[in-house]
Amino acid sequence: MTSAETVTEAVADRADTRAATTCFHCGLPLPAELDLRVAIEGRDEPMCCHGCQAVAQAIIAAGHGGFYRYRTHMPPSGRELVPDFIVQTRVYDHPDVQKSFVRAEAGSVREAALILEGITCAACIWLNERHLAQLPGVLDVQINYATHRARIRWDEKRLRLSEILQAVRAIGYEAHPYDPQRQQQAFERERRTHLRRLGVAGVLGMQVMMLSIALYVGDWSGMETALRSFLRWTGLLLTAPVLLYSAAPFYRGAWRDLRNRRIGMDVPVTLGILVAFAGSLSATWSGQGEVYNDSVVMFVFLLLLSRYFEIMARKRGAETAERLGQALPAMATRLLPDGDQEQQDVVPVADLGPGDRVLIRAGETVPADGQIESGNSSVNEALLTGESTPLRKHAGDELVGGSINVESPLTMTVTHVGMDTVLARILRLLERAQSQKPAITRLADRTASWFVSGVILAAIVVGLYWWQQAPEAWLPIVVSVLVVTCPCALSLATPTALSAATGALMASGLLPARGNRLETLARCTHLVFDKTGTLTRGEPALSAIHTLSGLSEQELLHRAAALEGQSEHPLGKAICRAANARELPGVSGLENYPGAGIRGRLDGRTWYIGSPDFIGQHSKADASALQRASEQGLPGTRVVLADTDRLHALFILQDALRPDARASVEALKQGGKQVLLLTGDNLQAARQVADQVGIDSVHADMSPQDKLDVLQALQRKGAVVAMVGDGINDAPVLAAADVSIAMHDAAHISHASADMILMSDQLGALAEGAAIARKTLQIIRQNLSWAIAYNLIALPAAALGYVAPWMAAIGMSSSSLLVVLNALRLTRNRRAHTSPAG
Amino acid sequence: MEIIYLLIPVSLLLVGLMVWVFLWAVRSGQFDDLEGPAHRILMDDDSPTIEPPDEEEKNKE
Repeated sequence: MTSAETVTEAVADRADTRAATTCFHCGLPLPAELDLRVAIEGRDEPMCCHGCQAVAQAIIAAGHGGFYRYRTHMPPSGRELVPDFIVQTRVYDHPDVQKSFVRAEAGSVREAALILEGITCAACIWLNERHLAQLPGVLDVQINYATHRARIRWDEKRLRLSEILQAVRAIGYEAHPYDPQRQQQAFERERRTHLRRLGVAGVLGMQVMMLSIALYVGDWSGMETALRSFLRWTGLLLTAPVLLYSAAPFYRGAWRDLRNRRIGMDVPVTLGILVAFAGSLSATWSGQGEVYNDSVVMFVFLLLLSRYFEIMARKRGAETAERLGQALPAMATRLLPDGDQEQQDVVPVADLGPGDRVLIRAGETVPADGQIESGNSSVNEALLTGESTPLRKHAGDELVGGSINVESPLTMTVTHVGMDTVLARILRLLERAQSQKPAITRLADRTASWFVSGVILAAIVVGLYWWQQAPEAWLPIVVSVLVVTCPCALSLATPTALSAATGALMASGLLPARGNRLETLARCTHLVFDKTGTLTRGEPALSAIHTLSGLSEQELLHRAAALEGQSEHPLGKAICRAANARELPGVSGLENYPGAGIRGRLDGRTWYIGSPDFIGQHSKADASALQRASEQGLPGTRVVLADTDRLHALFILQDALRPDARASVEALKQGGKQVLLLTGDNLQAARQVADQVGIDSVHADMSPQDKLDVLQALQRKGAVVAMVGDGINDAPVLAAADVSIAMHDAAHISHASADMILMSDQLGALAEGAAIARKTLQIIRQNLSWAIAYNLIALPAAALGYVAPWMAAIGMSSSSLLVVLNALRLTRNRRAHTSPAG
Repeated sequence: MEIIYLLIPVSLLLVGLMVWVFLWAVRSGQFDDLEGPAHRILMDDDSPTIEPPDEEEKNKE
C-alpha cells in the first residue's frame, strides 16, 4: 500500500501545534504512552490506538479525506479493528481473490455476496442495511434473514470491499465473503454453541425446579428457616450458570441494541431476567420476599428452545439454495493437447476458463457451463429444473454446470465459468427473491419494534403503579409484563415461513425471482396463458402417418428421415426425431428447395418430400389423390413423401401439448383460479389447444396491445392476474400482470425479467406453486393473528397481576414455539408431498 | 432432615457430572446428526447383497 508512505508514526518534532488531547478519528482521549499519527490533508493528526490509525489510513488511502471535513459526529472507535483484521480484509480487495464471490458490472460497479455473523433478529438486518447504505459508494444492500447473506452493490472507485467489511465490524457484526463451505462451518459452530447453552439451561433448570417444589411445599406446610435459606441458596447457585452462560446471547443482543440506540426483543428479555434474578438475590440474602429462580431458568430454557427450532427452520428453508450453491464440484479434469495424445490434468474448478476442454466421466458433475464437443450421454438437470428424467445430449448441445452426467463420458468446451454460469444466475435470482420482503413482513417488523418500546414503557408505568398500591407485588408483576409479551412471534416467524416457502417453490420447479410476489400469487384469481406455446411444446411433433403405398410406416419414416437428415427446418427435424434411427438408407444428390421441400435419390429413384404444393409441382402423382390425401385426418401441418410417379405417405405434424398441460389446468381450476388463453394464433388453432386442455375462455388473433387491453379490463374488474408467457416476446404484457411467470429453459434464464420462472416443462409446478403460496400466506396470517391476540390478552392480564412470572415464562415461550412450529409445517408438507413421487 | 444437607451437595456434584457429560457429548459431535443414525441402523451389514464376514472367513479355511 502506498498510503504507508503518507503515515508517520511517533515523530515528535513534527507534532501538531494544537493541544490535541483526543483522538482525531474517534474522539476518545489520547493515551499518554502512545503517539500515533496519520497525515490527513497535510496535517499529522493524533490517533488513540492502532485500530483508529488503521481506519484513518484506509479512509485516506481510499481518497475519503473529505469525510473528516464533513463529518458531524465521531465515528465508532476503531479499537476493535485490530491491524490483523485490517490486513485480512484488505486481502479481499485483490481482484484474484474477489473472482469467486464478486461480480463485475458496467464500469466500476461490483456486486458481492457476503455472510454476516451475529444477526439475531430482523432488526439487526435493518441496522446493517441502513449502516451500509450510508457508506459513500454503496449503491444497494439487501440482506437475507434466512441465510444471513448480504448482496451488496458498490462503486469500486469510491469504496473498497475491505472497507465494507470493516464498516460491518465497526457496528458489532462480522462479515465474510460468502463461501458455501465457510457458511456450513459457521452454521455448525452456531448450532453447537446453542445446543450447549440449551442443555446447560435444561439440566440445571430441572434441579432448580425440584428445589422450588420443595420450597413451595415448605411455604404451604411450614419449613425451618435454616432449611429454607439453604434451599434458596442452592437454587441461586444453580441458577447462576444459566444466567451467566446460557442467557449470554440475550445480553449481547440487548447491549448491541442499546448501543445502536434502538430497542429489539432482547431488551425486555434481558430486563426480565435480570430484574427477576436481582429480586431473588435480595430475597435470598435478606430471607424475606419471594424467589423467582425457577421462572428465570424456565424462561431462558424455553426461549433458547424456540430459538433452536427457529435456527433449524431457517436452515431447512435455505437448504435448496444451499444445495445449489454446493452443486459445482471442486475439481475438474482438464484436457491438454500433448503431441498426439491428450493429457488429463486434474485442476480446481476455479482455475477453469472459457475455452478449456474438460472430460466429464459418467456419474460426474458438470463443472461449468459449456458445449459438448464429443460424446453421447444423458444428463440429469434435476437440481436446476426440478425435472427428474435425464435428458439426452449429443455433440453440440449445451451443458449446464451442476447437472450430472449419467451414462457415458463427455468432452466439453467450457463457455462460462464462475459468476457467469447459469447456476450462479439462478442463485442470484433466488437470493434477490429471499432478500425482498413482502409488504406483510415489513409491516410486522415495524410493528414489532414499536411494540417492544411500548412494552418497556408499560412495564415502567405498571411498576410505578404497583409500587404505590402494593410494594411487595411490584417485582413479580413487572417481571411478568416484561416476560409474557412476545414480539418474537410478530417479527420472527414470518421470515421463517417465507424461507420455507421459497425452498418448497424451488424444489417444485418454480423459481421465485422476486420475493414480494408470493402473496400476489396466493391471491391471484385469474391465470392467463399468453401463448399456445406455453401449453404446447412450441415445436412441431409427428402426430400421424398415413401410408399411401405398399411400404410400411417404418420404412416410409426412415426414407423421410434420410431425405430430411441435413435439414434445419423444424418440420424436418421433427420427422428425424420421430424416426429416431441410427442407420438410415443412403441418399445422394440432395437438393433443398427452401421453404418448400427436398429432393434426393434413394434406391435408384428420385424422391420428394415437402408441402403438398411442392409435391404437386414436382411429382407426376395424381393431383386429386394428393388433394384427397391432404384433407383427410387430423388438423395440423402436412408433409407429403412421394417419388416421381406416386404418393407414398402423408405425415401430419402438430404442435404437441405438454404432457401435463391438461392435468395442470385442471388442478388450477380446482384451486379456484379462472384459466384464460390469450394468443396471437388463429382462433381454430387456439380453440383446438384450449379444448384439449380444458380452457373455456379463449381470446385468439390478439396483438400485444389487445392482450394488454384484455388484461387491464380484467384488472379493472378487480381480478388479480398471473400471466404465463415466454418472458421475452411479450414483455409489456407480462409486466402489466400482477404476477408474471416466464416459461424458460435453464440456459436462457438471464433474459427473463419475470417475477417467477418455470424451470422445466412441467406445468404442474404452477398449480403446486400457487398452492404453496396460498399456504404460506395462510400460515403467516395465522401466526400474526395469534401473536396479536395472545399479546392483547396476556399484557393486560399480567399488568393486573393475574400472571405469575413462571406462567409468563411458559406462555411467552409456548407462543413463539407455536408460531415457529406452525411455519415449519410448510417444509413438512412439502416432504410428505414429494416423497411418494421421489 | 439433617441428611438433606448432605444429599443436596451430593446431587450438586451429580448435576456437575451431568453437565460435563453433556458438554462432552456436544463437543464430540453426538448431536450433529440426529436423523442419520436412525437410518443407518436399517442399513445393516446383514443385507443379502453383502457377504457376512464370518462366511468369508469360512471360505478362507
